[in-house]
Amino acid sequence: MIGALLARGTLVALLAFMTLPTVVVVVASFNPTAILSFPPAGLSLRWYVNALTYPQFQRAAVNSLLVTVASAVLAVPFGTAAAFALIRYPLRARGTWTALLLSPLVIPGVAAGLGFLILAAKVGLLTSRWVLIVAHVALVLPFVVRSVAVSVANLDPALERAAASLGARPRRVFVRVTLPLLRPGLLAGLLFAVIVSVNEFVVSLFISTRVTEILPVAMFTYVVNYTDPTMAALSTLFIVATVLAVVLADRLLDLSRVFQIGEHR
Amino acid sequence: MARTVVELSKVSKRYGAVVALDALDLAVYEGELLSLLGPSGCGKTTTLNVVAGFAAPDAGRVVIDGDDVTGEPAWRRGLGVVFQSYALFPHMSVADNIAFGLRERGVGKSEIAERVREALALVRLHGVAAQRPHELSGGMQQRVALARALVIRPRVLLLDEPLAALDRKLREEMRAELRDIQRTVGITTVFVTHDQHEALGLSDRVAVMNAGRIEQLGPPREVYGRPATRFVADFIGASSVLEGRALDRETVELDGGVRLRVALHEATAPGRVVRLLVRPERVELGGGGVNTLTARVASVMYLGDHCEVRLELAGGHRMLATLRGSTALSRDESVTVRVAPDAFLDVS
Repeated sequence: MIGALLARGTLVALLAFMTLPTVVVVVASFNPTAILSFPPAGLSLRWYVNALTYPQFQRAAVNSLLVTVASAVLAVPFGTAAAFALIRYPLRARGTWTALLLSPLVIPGVAAGLGFLILAAKVGLLTSRWVLIVAHVALVLPFVVRSVAVSVANLDPALERAAASLGARPRRVFVRVTLPLLRPGLLAGLLFAVIVSVNEFVVSLFISTRVTEILPVAMFTYVVNYTDPTMAALSTLFIVATVLAVVLADRLLDLSRVFQIGEHR
Repeated sequence: MARTVVELSKVSKRYGAVVALDALDLAVYEGELLSLLGPSGCGKTTTLNVVAGFAAPDAGRVVIDGDDVTGEPAWRRGLGVVFQSYALFPHMSVADNIAFGLRERGVGKSEIAERVREALALVRLHGVAAQRPHELSGGMQQRVALARALVIRPRVLLLDEPLAALDRKLREEMRAELRDIQRTVGITTVFVTHDQHEALGLSDRVAVMNAGRIEQLGPPREVYGRPATRFVADFIGASSVLEGRALDRETVELDGGVRLRVALHEATAPGRVVRLLVRPERVELGGGGVNTLTARVASVMYLGDHCEVRLELAGGHRMLATLRGSTALSRDESVTVRVAPDAFLDVS
């Protein structure tokens, strides 16, 4: 009895500790005064209006959209190819390859950012969005490889052989059998790619200009210069968007449902 | 003899240092059911994969229906394959699974519907067309896999351990049904199995494989009753092997002095060491006549319709006997048994 209470208490305390900063940000975003203070002095949406109409945020949002879409579009097919190579083909030192492909996860963002900065300067792409796209592809690939690899490992090669024996040429086998069965992994990989890319800050800070900077970088720049709750309002929107994305993905990825909602033609 | 439908000549396949197939020759005749029987790693599945086009041989030729298909990909071979895991497409309904091969061939909608119905009726499945494979029992999935393979009217049906995933009772039912369906369709069939009962019970001919080669190929009775090699004798059916020395063509003396009257096929040089194989059902209880032996009962295992009795002969030779019904024998009892001279097979 006491043990159960204690367990529940611990969980509540931990949860409160973890969500407190978020709660503070959300509450502060409705503060009518121009200072980031807590607790708020009243209720207002003026900072939301400011956040959505601030030109640099609008430009950064477009940049974010472009960079995220482009990096996901590139990372998913390349990551899928890598996952097939890792799982299906007889590789020497498979463990080493796996570790290397997943290594961006353990390289400090500052180091990676500096590296991309030097390389971008070398090839003269410093002011291009392409540097951001290339860097984001490198950062999200490990997530894509990992999620797709799980699906590839679960895919019985006999299924593809069966399709071939029934007269399907390789391209048809891929479209009608392989791809539909990899769906959970592909969707999970895509979701991870989008979330990581949208939230990426450290590396992007090194390689952004005022023109190409993505939303997290623009937000950082803003908070350095201004102290009003616009940032809190924008952060709140960010949180809501991320939560929505995760909830949506969770419903799509529920494995027992994927097969039932999966239309194959 | 009937027309040859599948012909492998001098087919070799290696996986790294492992020789999976060693210059294998095999001919499968029209309409027959031929089993590839052997322990795991003997090359039986590789043989099937080479026929199906899933594995390319390093050397040799594969001819199907007179066409050299050695270089043809699986999708152009027109063979039906049933896998051990069934390999039903989990994202498609039963009907769509069966229709898969027909759609790939561009068969018209109404003909597809008709042929899917026929195929389901052939494997005696009713009312499951709209269900997903995972909603069906193992035996039903097996039937769907068979229907999917047969509906394309393949030149040859290849079965890779199709019954291994079923529990025993269902396996025996499916075994009989598989044979019925195969006879009804009259399709040339290659059946891979490690289960000797399946192979003996289902096949027109059995190819016993070991280490990438065929040790013996023949009708079940011949393979069981007249094993060509020691390996075949050991692998198929329980048996005892007695080692002794030939005195003349009709007499073998075991170490320990027991003399056996034998009827060996090949002339045996006096003094040569011979190994004699005895099937347990050829050992009869009770003496009288030639080859009456005294033995000690080492153990008795009651198995319902028969008993398995381990006997020890003079000189320490062990011999297995199966006796119908329940016997009153007990351990360490002394018994007399009799083995007909033609029951001994020379497997030296």
